[in-house]
Amino acid sequence: MRWPEDYNEFHRQWIDFTEKHIVPYAQQVDHEERIPAEVIQALRQQGAFASGFPADKGGPAGDPEDLAIRHGLMHEALGAGSASIQGLVNVHHMGGIIIARWGSAAQKDYWVPRLTSGECLAGLAITEPNVGSDAAAVELQAMAVQGGYTLEGTKTWITCGQSADVFLVLARMENGPAIFIVPSNTEGLTRIPIHGMLGCRGYMLATLRFERCFLPAEALVGRSPFGLTHFAATGLDQGRLNLAWACVGMARTCLEACLHYAQTRHQFNAALAEFQLVQRMICRMTTDIEAARLLCWRASSTRGRNSPAAVKASTIAKYFASQAINRIAADAVQIHGAVGCSAQSPMQRILRDAKIMEVIEGSTQVLETAIARYTYNEAAV
Amino acid sequence: MSEVLVQTEEQITERIHGFLARSFAGRTLSEEDDIFALGFGNSLFAMQLVSFLEQEFHFQIESDDLEMDNFRTLRAMVQLVKKKIGA
Ligand SMILES: Cc1cc2nc3c(=O)[nH]c(=O)nc-3n(C[C@H](O)[C@H](O)[C@H](O)COP(=O)(O)OP(=O)(O)OC[C@H]3O[C@@H](n4cnc5c(N)ncnc54)[C@H](O)[C@@H]3O)c2cc1C
Repeated sequence: MRWPEDYNEFHRQWIDFTEKHIVPYAQQVDHEERIPAEVIQALRQQGAFASGFPADKGGPAGDPEDLAIRHGLMHEALGAGSASIQGLVNVHHMGGIIIARWGSAAQKDYWVPRLTSGECLAGLAITEPNVGSDAAAVELQAMAVQGGYTLEGTKTWITCGQSADVFLVLARMENGPAIFIVPSNTEGLTRIPIHGMLGCRGYMLATLRFERCFLPAEALVGRSPFGLTHFAATGLDQGRLNLAWACVGMARTCLEACLHYAQTRHQFNAALAEFQLVQRMICRMTTDIEAARLLCWRASSTRGRNSPAAVKASTIAKYFASQAINRIAADAVQIHGAVGCSAQSPMQRILRDAKIMEVIEGSTQVLETAIARYTYNEAAV
Repeated sequence: MSEVLVQTEEQITERIHGFLARSFAGRTLSEEDDIFALGFGNSLFAMQLVSFLEQEFHFQIESDDLEMDNFRTLRAMVQLVKKKIGA
């Protein structure tokens, strides 16, 4: 296992990038519910959209374990700046990695260079009005027709649904789930923006309506019924770990703000930092952050080595980190008092964003069920 | 990564069997047991199985390899590995 100190310089570069190109926009993104083009351009130039992709198609080159850790640290830094902006990079990776890992040679050759350069941004469309945690119950129909398939149905709550250039769409075929590559300008696909979410308001969510939406045969990734168990699962598995790292970054931002505020704000003739009940909150934050960071670290390390343990490690990291950020953000608002509750406070934004982290990419309860299942299986050996 | 280069059918069988036993609560599987019928077709297990086979036997599973019949039984997985590594 490699230790964080080896990566300080790399992490610092992403923190500097975030402070320059993301933090100044974070509140605006939350208020306006959209990510400005200049932020996306800065991410493009910095190589954010290439991270996590294979080197022969434009991703960074190097030792896989090293790259997996760097990828995690990038998401940590992005999350520290804005959960909404991290979400854009996250879903791009989740959708794109399905093509990079499972696509045909032609699909990889066409899409992956466009994705790594950031010329095209991807989204992953699994959820439907009647289909949430139980994604295997997918209802959107793909029917084989002359020369390809037609999609009929609705996806909803899709991150970057308003903005992505291409969607990886889970559909039902006769023998089970399948994944299709659907450019956003495909005829028969309509996007309906969703506004006013609790948090992650810059996710640019949309409902996607597919009405007699024709796709050529080459749009199918692999074959059904592996659409969920292997293809979408690859994206979700990566996304879970990206998100866990983002929670660590959000938590770091909270802790740093609290340390500053607790030292500069005085009540009862003392800095807040002097009060033991405030110290308890700082202690809990510190401990949660250390624990979440280590879980993420271990998960990235196992993922980089393509270990079978990576899926469980990522699940545990996301489960812990997403709950930790909810505890931490709630305490961060508490330490900031009225200031923390104000519209200008990043703390209240992070508290709202934190709740989203417990719902997406496997809700807390769904992950609890999965982790318990792993434990039962292993314990019986 | 495993240090030993696995070649024989028995060795391949033994390694996959060991992984399945660890994943399936210590249950003893015969070479012909249908793991999907036993309820192990979920995505968390599927991803672990792919990583295990790739890491243990040093090859990449492509989407063309994804056929239910390649993963249904221990025997089928052994045949897939043999084909992929040319054993
Ligand atoms: C901001 C945001 C962005 C999103 N982005 C995307 C996206 O890009 N692509 C996409 O496909 N989807 C996206 N989603 C949808 C997200 O993946 C789903 O919200 C999630 O899968 C949960 O589904 P659901 O909301 O329908 O809740 P449900 O599955 O209906 O669950 C509701 C509640 O019941 C609990 N529950 C469900 N099943 C069980 C169980 N077996 N045991 C115990 N409790 C259970 C859940 O934990 C939850 O608390 C997004 C959602 C949000 C809020």
